[in-house]
Amino acid sequence: MKQLLTLLQKPAGRLAALLVLCLGAAPAAHAQDDLLGQLEQDKKLEPNQLVDATFKSTRLINGHTVQTPGEGTLVFLISHRIGPFNSGAYNFFGLDQARMRIALEYGVTDRLEIGIGRSTLDKTVDGFLKYKAIRQSSGLHSVPVSVTLFGSSAVATVHYLDNMDHTLGLRTSYTYQALIARKFSTDLSLQLMPTLIHRNLVMNEGEKNDIYALGGGGRYKLSKRFSLNAEYYYVMSKYTAEHYANALALGVDIETGGHIFQLLLTNSQGMIEKQFIGETTDKFFKGGIYFGFNINRNFTLKQRKAKI
Amino acid sequence: MTEFLLSACFRRWLLLVLAGLGVAACPGTAWAQAKYMTRVGYVSFFSASILEDIEAKNNKVAAVVDLSAGQLAFSVPVHEFQFKRTLMQEHFNENYMESEKYPKATFSGQLANPAQVAKQLATATQNVEVEGNLTMHGVTHKVVVSGTLQLRDGQLVIFAYFNVAPADYNIDIPLLVREHIAKSVSVRVSMACDVVSPALVSQP
Repeated sequence: MKQLLTLLQKPAGRLAALLVLCLGAAPAAHAQDDLLGQLEQDKKLEPNQLVDATFKSTRLINGHTVQTPGEGTLVFLISHRIGPFNSGAYNFFGLDQARMRIALEYGVTDRLEIGIGRSTLDKTVDGFLKYKAIRQSSGLHSVPVSVTLFGSSAVATVHYLDNMDHTLGLRTSYTYQALIARKFSTDLSLQLMPTLIHRNLVMNEGEKNDIYALGGGGRYKLSKRFSLNAEYYYVMSKYTAEHYANALALGVDIETGGHIFQLLLTNSQGMIEKQFIGETTDKFFKGGIYFGFNINRNFTLKQRKAKI
Repeated sequence: MTEFLLSACFRRWLLLVLAGLGVAACPGTAWAQAKYMTRVGYVSFFSASILEDIEAKNNKVAAVVDLSAGQLAFSVPVHEFQFKRTLMQEHFNENYMESEKYPKATFSGQLANPAQVAKQLATATQNVEVEGNLTMHGVTHKVVVSGTLQLRDGQLVIFAYFNVAPADYNIDIPLLVREHIAKSVSVRVSMACDVVSPALVSQP
């Protein structure tokens, strides 16, 4: 401003300064905004931003999401499925037949997760690895989707009474998934789950060892800490599709600080892929509905090293 | 949109002209060193409560200081705050700051005594008071922040320390975790800005 005034006193500068004053009046009034504007101008210099929290939990409902716990975080996951509503008052509408699974999941790095679990159904022990291969990001070099690779093996440790030698190999099955998700907005995230399940042993004639399935699901946040979730697995392998039902699940996520409560309705009693994709027998719309819940409790075991 | 572009272009042209005039009027003077800028400024905050201490750091803060006008502006990418606990970082972005909706926290302010500061800065560290608008989580408040300015090896070094109450900025903290988060969070600003000529700043 001072310089403008000195300019005004010089005849040569007077005309130019007047012009500047007349034409530049508006920008001058917003000088502070302009300063901010200069900071925002260079979009190219702004860092690429990872899109976080596509889902709240590592589970959508029955199946996995693209999420991993993050480095140093341990998740204790307790899941219950009570029996079907249509099992009658004698079974207290399913409560008598509750199945459960307990699991521990740990984020080795921000991308890699390991987990173990045990289900009461067939006394199955499972272990899995999850790796965030591609992470959705916004910015100059944005990535439209997140892709997490999932692999698990499950061993049924139940005593079989069929006089067959069930070796460890024959008790084992494997699941491979590519979880592909996009967070469309703060509220809406959708996910596709192409799945391959391989059972080393199948019990029925004509049943293939491999099951191919395509899952789809998503969540819609109704508030910051409450979301509606849906998940459906479409089985493409002929025998399984004919003899079993596709798994459908509807649920809600309720987040309270370190806990996430997931309340759900589903037609499958198993809580691991091999069971709910390959062995679901009840039909959702014929009353074969199980009420269930997952409780996620997060613990920070190891604090992240400061990167700054 | 075209109007905006036109005005932006025009303003840029104008700045160039102004800069040209400035240089012509007083060649080789403080004009060229009036403006300082950084994109790697550091801002951290600390919340102390009985149950838990929360700390986060951000070294991707952009700042610009125009000494001749006594004005300064900061732009903080909220998403870049790094926490030691991953879950805290997620909750900070998702539940409290809503960083997708409000990606930047900004401050633009005016030095209380710019002429004196500009004059004495060359010789000694200056305690300064800045009054301006602090915007975060979509809420703007007028604040007065005190800090220091110092010229060191041709860089303008800024320090400031102040407190912010989350409640003032519509940051809703649920009852269940209210004891974990301090009513007043202390913020520390520390950065070294490099010299830029005004004409350079306005280029895209």
